[in-house]
Amino acid sequence: MRLAQYSFFLLAAFLAGQPALAQQRPANTETVEIGLSTDTIAITSGFRGTDLIVFGALDNADPLIQRQGRYDIVVVLEGPERSFVVRRKDRYLGIWVNAESASFQHIPASYSLASTRNLQDIATPKIFTQLGLGVNNMYYEPMPDGFSSSESLKEFTTELPRLKLKQRLYNQRPGDVQFLSATLFRATLSLPANVPVGKHVARAFLFRNGEFLRENATSLNIVKAGLEFRIYRAANQYSLLYGIFAVLLAVVTGWAGRLIFRKD
Amino acid sequence: MGIYLPIAEISVNIFVLFGMGAAVGFLSGMFGVGGGFLITPLLIFYNIPPAVAVATGANQVIASSFSGALTHFKRGTLDVKLGSLLVVGGIVGAGIGIYVFVLLRELGQLDLIVSLLYVVFLSTIGGLMLYESVQAMRRTRAGQLATLKKPGQHNWVHRLPFKMRFRASKIYVSIIPILVLGAAIGFLSSIMGVGGGFIMVPAMIYLLKMPTNVVIGTSLYQIVFVTAFATIMQATTNQSVDIVLAFLLMSGGVIGAQYGARIGQKLRGEQLRALLAMLVLAVGLRLAIELFVTPDDLYSISLAVVTGGGL
Repeated sequence: MRLAQYSFFLLAAFLAGQPALAQQRPANTETVEIGLSTDTIAITSGFRGTDLIVFGALDNADPLIQRQGRYDIVVVLEGPERSFVVRRKDRYLGIWVNAESASFQHIPASYSLASTRNLQDIATPKIFTQLGLGVNNMYYEPMPDGFSSSESLKEFTTELPRLKLKQRLYNQRPGDVQFLSATLFRATLSLPANVPVGKHVARAFLFRNGEFLRENATSLNIVKAGLEFRIYRAANQYSLLYGIFAVLLAVVTGWAGRLIFRKD
Repeated sequence: MGIYLPIAEISVNIFVLFGMGAAVGFLSGMFGVGGGFLITPLLIFYNIPPAVAVATGANQVIASSFSGALTHFKRGTLDVKLGSLLVVGGIVGAGIGIYVFVLLRELGQLDLIVSLLYVVFLSTIGGLMLYESVQAMRRTRAGQLATLKKPGQHNWVHRLPFKMRFRASKIYVSIIPILVLGAAIGFLSSIMGVGGGFIMVPAMIYLLKMPTNVVIGTSLYQIVFVTAFATIMQATTNQSVDIVLAFLLMSGGVIGAQYGARIGQKLRGEQLRALLAMLVLAVGLRLAIELFVTPDDLYSISLAVVTGGGL
């Protein structure tokens, strides 16, 4: 069981660079940067989930605001977008049957968030809704004709993030963005064991005094490696050959069993 | 020791699966059944997604059926002509089965229908077997010889057109019931991941009036081809055949079957059948209970089915 640990480092060289500029700096020149040391992560079959450390820098910060701790940073890692169906079981003749459902599209398959503080302490819900930031503030886009009524849509829209949180595919870690120095910060995100493969986007959001300033994004590819995932790929890409191989394997196993049986 | 199943996408204990294969192989060797109808529900109990359990069950059945069919072929107790007609019907049935399988999966009702079919088949077959074996035991106790009823008089099946002569089976019968029977079994092997021997064997004896000695071999012959077809169809349309899982079950099954066959020869037939019947009923009951128990979470989430798309 290899537990992969991945860390991403920002080139920290330019970090604490220019304090001299601080005096005559115009408003809102703060910038936030995050850097990843690699653009691809390969996870193996024994993967049980891990912490993903993202390093970043806050530049041109106002030292006064900084000392008061009124800069906030939220870092998220969004998984590839997929379409999902949420179903509800109802009882028919005593049997539990999948009954009503709603379909959603362009939903991140996974969503990990880390922030300096609880989201409600950083800014108003309205700002988070506008940014679509946070599991409860994201917009879950229904498929056209993917639901039966607006009430049921409302019901399924609240169930979607609940189910995702339950599967650990969505997770939020307030307090897990920490300033290491005046400018350098570290965000600890959770990569669940069932993290989907594909293109992930890491975003950093900078807030000052409850106000959103800017964001910065970088992308990351998660691929699966190892024999099991080669099998998985073969099953999807060469499904006919895979099927024939599965049959031949069974035939050979059955035949081998007979040979062994005859010997004794 | 854990192993990650690439298609089922869960980590499982390698010994549990090997043991499961061996136990079912032991039973199938002992009772002379394929074991697919036990493997698939057991996999579902072990949290393997039903779609994967069904497709992999079909794959696993090939191994045991192939070695059995080979034995019967060498002994000459296999009607290739009749078996091939069953295969033709079976492939049509399996094709329709796959289509229905995909449709049910899209509707989100696959798990339910698979469970329901198992509950119905397992309780019916188990109930009939138990009744039959208890009757046989009573007869033996009463001092009579326990013999299977001899297929004697002709029935409605023999009035159907398109008759054909089958030398190995020594019967002259319409090809319609053969094709229909083959198709029905093919359909079930796609949807339930079973070989279907437990339905095929009684149908051949009582419906087609085939002599008992060629029944098992011919049934196994058809099962090899139809489950092979079902496996390839499942692999291409649903990508749900888990080769690692199948191999673990097969290798366990092959070993278990040898010991099962030896023990089976030492035990009395009726008692053996009564034991199997009770086992079948127990599995059916367990699946039935699950349908009625309130689930932990009424809501579930799954990827919307996009044609050709995996995860």
